[in-house]
Amino acid sequence: MKVAYWPGCVSRGFTPELHGSVAAVAPLLGIELVELDRACCTGAGVLAEHSQELADTLNGRTFALAQKEMANGAELMMNICSTCQGAQSESQERLDANAEYRAHVNETLAPEGLTYEKGISNKNFLWLLVEEIGLEKLSSLVERPLTDLKVGPFYGCYIVRPADRIQITDERPRDTYLALVIEALGGTVIEYAGSHKCCGFPIITMNTDASLKQAGMHLGDAADADADCLVTPCPLCHLNLDLQQPLAEKVVGRPLEMPVLHLPQLVGLALGLSPKELGLARHVVKPTSVIDWTTTVVAGVGAQDEETVTGSSVAGEK
Amino acid sequence: MADTRKPAQDFTLRIRRYDPESGEAPYWDEHTINLEPHRSVLEGILQARGRFDGSIGIRCSCKAAICGSCGVRVNGQAGLACHTHLDAALKSSRDGVIEVEPMGNMPIIKDLVVDMDAVHWKKIRRVTPWLLAQDPLPEREHIVPREAMVDVTQSMACIQCGACVSDCLSMEVDPLFVGPAALAKAYRFVGDPRDSQQFERLKDLAEDPHGMYDCTHCFKCIEACPKGVAPMNQIMRLRRRAGGDHHIEDRNNGFNHEHAFVKNIRRNGLLHENDLLTDSFGGKASPKAAMFLAKSLPVITRALLRRKATLKVALGHPHKAPKDVKRIFDVVEGRPERYDLNLYITGYDEEQSGAEEPNVGAIAGGGEDGQAIPSAPGASPKGAS
Ligand code: SF4
Ligand code: SF4
Ligand code: FES
Repeated sequence: MKVAYWPGCVSRGFTPELHGSVAAVAPLLGIELVELDRACCTGAGVLAEHSQELADTLNGRTFALAQKEMANGAELMMNICSTCQGAQSESQERLDANAEYRAHVNETLAPEGLTYEKGISNKNFLWLLVEEIGLEKLSSLVERPLTDLKVGPFYGCYIVRPADRIQITDERPRDTYLALVIEALGGTVIEYAGSHKCCGFPIITMNTDASLKQAGMHLGDAADADADCLVTPCPLCHLNLDLQQPLAEKVVGRPLEMPVLHLPQLVGLALGLSPKELGLARHVVKPTSVIDWTTTVVAGVGAQDEETVTGSSVAGEK
Repeated sequence: MADTRKPAQDFTLRIRRYDPESGEAPYWDEHTINLEPHRSVLEGILQARGRFDGSIGIRCSCKAAICGSCGVRVNGQAGLACHTHLDAALKSSRDGVIEVEPMGNMPIIKDLVVDMDAVHWKKIRRVTPWLLAQDPLPEREHIVPREAMVDVTQSMACIQCGACVSDCLSMEVDPLFVGPAALAKAYRFVGDPRDSQQFERLKDLAEDPHGMYDCTHCFKCIEACPKGVAPMNQIMRLRRRAGGDHHIEDRNNGFNHEHAFVKNIRRNGLLHENDLLTDSFGGKASPKAAMFLAKSLPVITRALLRRKATLKVALGHPHKAPKDVKRIFDVVEGRPERYDLNLYITGYDEEQSGAEEPNVGAIAGGGEDGQAIPSAPGASPKGAS
């Protein structure tokens, strides 16, 4: 399937391994990425805090650019960042809710020949995995099941709240998708207190202590629940959980050493890509508990031979 | 709407019990009650108390989502016990048993009763929750524009139940945070044209290290609130008024952060984290920026070593905003007045599905400033519901 692809800013700035791993994983999943290279930052909530109209107009512009691609065969728009999803969903909610407001925003877009038509389908990579590709198909593509790997999901606020905007329903329990994907890849889901909480990143420059305390607390809870690693669909969460982890350790006063994987990296490992291709060496916290670097085999418990790898089981009862 | 025709059935409640005076640890109690599925969790608790154990502590009064006294956590989510149907609670339970706990972020008095005075009311008092009218008062009544009052109806819908305070993720790590309910209350007066101390209120809450810039924008309070107050959105409005209207440059970097962010996108189209960090502290040369960078230097060095960020990414400007992005900035920023849409007030266009559920559907919009669009279809204030 062809998708109009919005990679976001952070994936091309401080977490280049995210952008890279999406590019590596997409062909294996049959996703053709048409990058929206003229699109701009979603505003991550901060732009809307400054001027709602500005955020909605810039996001409306991105939607309009995506809709041009959709007229050329892209099925939907895809993002790879919880925060992008949330900021875009917020703008879309207002643009779709009110024709007059939409017309006003479209007027600003008109000089470049862009118009946003109500009702774009914009999905995070996580949603696309579950809703478009499907868990069965995903399982069938697994080359190297994540047997014995204990993975804690970390969603990021913007992709689970508010439930009505994010459209979490009985048919689409989007706040459980990470767990479903981990299971489909053969891994074990670790439940811990922080999975749906805030990484603290938005206040890192305003209240550094409180920000790092949040990150440190969730990482610690996951460690106490025996997780080998966390997985997140949000590069901003990744910044606070991985890049800042050494500082978080100081604030909470305990060693953490908890690797944090981007979602496409976890998928890529299970689909047989090498840790290197997925940029896993670029993390601040080395994912040694995830990867046996000597054999480059995924392992919760050291290297595995062929038999244990193929004779995998799906663990993680909910 | 809940179906009121279904017959009574069994529901099992798992109730958190704790009496700090007893010196014993908290524990769980299970009771099976029998009620129609559309009845409330509160009625379930009261039946358990009446039939099985008169010592269960719960606070309640109106039983109709008006008094705000029955705040609890049901299956981990804060809300009103009297406003949560048993069938809905059963559906959200993990194992078929409805879990009822006291609210978080506040000390427990007994079982499901928390000490609202120690936390919630103290914080409400912190924001001077009354009108500071002009002096001298106008001779007759205050005349205010209708839109201005519509703008504050959302924060006026608060019934002081404390559910948002219970689930606030910033307060969980920073108990001194003024918090969602109190900040929403602050907006109620900051947004009221009759108040004479708007600047002072904003300055106070911007400068407080645990004030309006301590909110992480996590949406938890929006989810918790049974009245559609959306406290986080009110906090965003406080920030917009403080930074945008009153240009209050606070010591918490709130103003700088927002302005650095906006400048960054205007210039680069994409966010440029390194610029953002330093600009948030008032530019590369500022002592605060230097301190922050020095503190995080080991982290950044490590990032460079791991080739997460190349020096070019860390210091250069790899991306420039397309021309039309700059043009959009100029057009929108050049408007004489902010033009914003508050869905709580305007509602949704007719065919929009959210419209039939007043409360849930009305909780919308992050950080709007309530310039209602009066002619919008379905425009009617829902604040009173
Ligand atoms: S959005 Fe802000 S005020 Fe609301 S719960 Fe989160 S941190 Fe607290
Ligand atoms: S804002 Fe909502 S959740 Fe918070 S105290 Fe008021 S009514 Fe309760
Ligand atoms: S008893 Fe009054 S709000 Fe629940």
